[in-house]
Amino acid sequence: MADFFKKLFGSKEDTKPREADAVTTAPLTDQQIQSIISSQAPRYEIRQLVASVGQSVGKQRDHNEDSLLAMTSTLSGNSESVPFGLYVVADGMGGHQFGEVASNAAVRIVGGSIINKFHSYQYNLPSQAIQESLQEVMESAIMDAHQYIQREAPGSGTTITAALVLGQQITIGHVGDSRAYAIYPDGRTEALTRDHSLVKRLEELGHLSKDEVENFPHRNVLIRALGQGETLEADIFTIPFPQPGYLMICSDGLWGVVNEKDIVRIMNESPSLHRACQSMVEAANAAGGPDNITVILAQIVG
Amino acid sequence: METRNITSPIGPYGPGSGDPQARKQLLAGVTLVNRYTIQEVIGIGGMGSVYRARDMHFPNVVKLVAVKEMIIMAPDPLVRQNIVQNFEREANLLATLHHPAIPRIYDYFSHDDRSYLVLEFIQGRDLEAVINDADGFLMEDQVISWGIQLCDVLEYLHGHQPDPIIFRDMKPSNVMINQNGDVVLVDFGIAKTFQTGIKGTMIGTEGYSPPEQYRGDATQLADVYALGATLHHALTRRDPRLEPPFTFAERPIRRINSNISIELETVVHTALQYTPTERFQGAAAMKDALMNVARKTGVLAKMASAALPTPISAGVKPIWDFKCEDEIRGTPTLNQGALYIGCYDNNLYALNAADGKFQWKYPTDGGIVSRPLVYENNIFFCSEDQRLHVVGARTGKLLWTYYTENRIYSSPRISDGHIFFGSDDNDLHAVNVNSGRPVWKFTTDSPIHSTPLIANELIYFGTESGSFYSLDFRGAMKWRFQAKRAMTSSPTGKGQAVYTASLDGTLYALDAKSGWAIWKFRLGKGTVSSPAIADEFIFIGAADGFVYCVDIRTAKEVWRFKTENQVSSSPAVYKDSLYIGSVDGNMYCLEYRTGRLRWKFETGSAITGSPVIFDDIVYFGSTDHHVYALFA
Repeated sequence: MADFFKKLFGSKEDTKPREADAVTTAPLTDQQIQSIISSQAPRYEIRQLVASVGQSVGKQRDHNEDSLLAMTSTLSGNSESVPFGLYVVADGMGGHQFGEVASNAAVRIVGGSIINKFHSYQYNLPSQAIQESLQEVMESAIMDAHQYIQREAPGSGTTITAALVLGQQITIGHVGDSRAYAIYPDGRTEALTRDHSLVKRLEELGHLSKDEVENFPHRNVLIRALGQGETLEADIFTIPFPQPGYLMICSDGLWGVVNEKDIVRIMNESPSLHRACQSMVEAANAAGGPDNITVILAQIVG
Repeated sequence: METRNITSPIGPYGPGSGDPQARKQLLAGVTLVNRYTIQEVIGIGGMGSVYRARDMHFPNVVKLVAVKEMIIMAPDPLVRQNIVQNFEREANLLATLHHPAIPRIYDYFSHDDRSYLVLEFIQGRDLEAVINDADGFLMEDQVISWGIQLCDVLEYLHGHQPDPIIFRDMKPSNVMINQNGDVVLVDFGIAKTFQTGIKGTMIGTEGYSPPEQYRGDATQLADVYALGATLHHALTRRDPRLEPPFTFAERPIRRINSNISIELETVVHTALQYTPTERFQGAAAMKDALMNVARKTGVLAKMASAALPTPISAGVKPIWDFKCEDEIRGTPTLNQGALYIGCYDNNLYALNAADGKFQWKYPTDGGIVSRPLVYENNIFFCSEDQRLHVVGARTGKLLWTYYTENRIYSSPRISDGHIFFGSDDNDLHAVNVNSGRPVWKFTTDSPIHSTPLIANELIYFGTESGSFYSLDFRGAMKWRFQAKRAMTSSPTGKGQAVYTASLDGTLYALDAKSGWAIWKFRLGKGTVSSPAIADEFIFIGAADGFVYCVDIRTAKEVWRFKTENQVSSSPAVYKDSLYIGSVDGNMYCLEYRTGRLRWKFETGSAITGSPVIFDDIVYFGSTDHHVYALFA
């Protein structure tokens, strides 16, 4: 316990003003040099991960095919605790039957697969380190969900954008057209994921102009989806958590309706992550709410 | 529906955990409907297995059949009904077809939760296996011949009455090559009679399907495109499922396989046109075009001529070279016009970087592989004589030495008034840069050959037992990571990650703060090379002789380059080139984005040290006893 408080508030010895009375003249002894060096050594603040979510059926659908998972915690390490978070958005395929079955299964299986591997770090004293890398953990979770959907709900499909936050890193697994963004306090936004959609692919190939993209009739056609196709390749990558800044994950019910400028404005105007999530959902509904809306916001403070 | 999903446990990432019996494959010897005796599994699909079975209605001859199984797992009645309908559709469709390239259907029946389709057994392999198992590229004539046969069967399907049949899933794994070398189209699971005006759902194999199929339009021209994609795959061995959709034009066949005729390339290219109206307007037209190619190029396949572009090696001449008394295994350091390098004749040499003229040498009592470090006009380096030496940069005069209790291979790093280095006495030493006195030692369980990395206000290094440590500036351990074998490679850092490699053959990306493995990349063999980073790429050599380039975010291989022997040297990036030595004796200069060889320079013996590049000049030492300076 004492150690814990020491860590939390910093070592007392270091913060105490050095005794100016006992003035010693040069040369310094090794011990003095050491103590000067250690007083200059960096201090480690505990950084905390916080997150909030928002969800709505929208104005034009009668059921919700989006699913989300958001959990925030810390993992105790040997010398300090590291933030741990798992954030998943899945958007069941509208044109298919059982879209909600697929998105629901995707979120639970990806969540379950990942949490199962970190479970002993959170609630037990693990006897053995995880052998898989974070990217391998993410990839196998997505493949599990893919196979499950193919088997249990054939014909259906879902997007998935999952972010595993550990320490200062985000490992993202992504299939489909839900999106992850980094939003910076200076108003910049950066899309971290690339849509696996027909419209995006055509745009990349230069077959559609910006205007045509906006008005493309098949905007919701995916070229990759969980549960579709026998070989699925998920985009898996790791990036530093935006600091200072926010991680946002959302379904196309938000990004397809509310533009990035408005998202930034909402972020700037909101006093909390919680309010920001609610305001984004409200903005999407105010703009017609044509689809289910799901948003997760996360931030590292401290 | 909703309730089920919320309350019923979803089997933990295992197949059908609710009822493990339900998914079991049939065992050899099981007889279905008193007639078909299962012999073995010959394929596994999304919905069940495909078996080879013997038809026991012919007791005196061995008549083999393929039994395709469909296990209906879905508990929802609507889904089940959908599956059974698909299955019966496939059976009824097949029953009406007669073509040598389409398997005959004999029977279908249902049994408990499983439905079975009994088909002609095709002795042979599917085209995907043929492509993958081939030693090189397939012969052009062979591919043309299969292409013509596939056009023929597509022509038959498209001409089906009353409605044309669109196969919709043309790809190498659905094309069997039978014992006669002829094609048979299998898996009609989603073949569909075409009903004009009714949009299909989005199904198809990514990579082979044309753009319009993703919109739900599956027409005859979609099959033409998918056949083009199949032939492209067969000719180039590049699997389109691993490439972004609709990018065949970015991979012209002849750029990958120069033996293919321009005529065949044109035919495949036409079939793969983005806009349907620009493709062949039917399988028959494509068949005609392929027949023309077959006539033009003749029957005899051109002999494969493996014409690899030969690199420029003769043109590279050194600006200067300097001979020492023994092997140079380490890496030089350049500072203010002088080049410093350690040698196994026990000396540290100072040379004029402009002309290679000897300036001074400083003798130690052991070989020097440690890379010298210049700090405030002094040179810091370690030697196998167990000491850290500090000498004046201009004079080569000794200032002080610091003893450890065993040989030193690690190179010193200086940060915040401390010198850090590892020793074979198992300690990481922190020494005061001014006084030369020890500040602390951190004891590990084995020798430390790697050079510590100082980043994020932490010290990172690996040991010969495969441990990788992160310490703070007081020498307290923050975290430890364990590889399977020695970590001789010196770590490098970028952002919130550190990168290192091990003799266990893995390149690791570890979270700088916690030590969690972010990703692992498998090398062909172990390595002692240290990674280098440029843009979004990380580079490293390995004992399998390859230089690897890996995407730092996704851990995917970007390119690899083969040298003739193991690569112990560490890569150095300068402008748009990568420089690295190999035990084959060459210094290689590669384009770092593509791995293309720019030039190589041969020395008399292995190069294990790494190059240093400054002002368009590459400096390095070789175990042929020489130090070289080359134009970059």
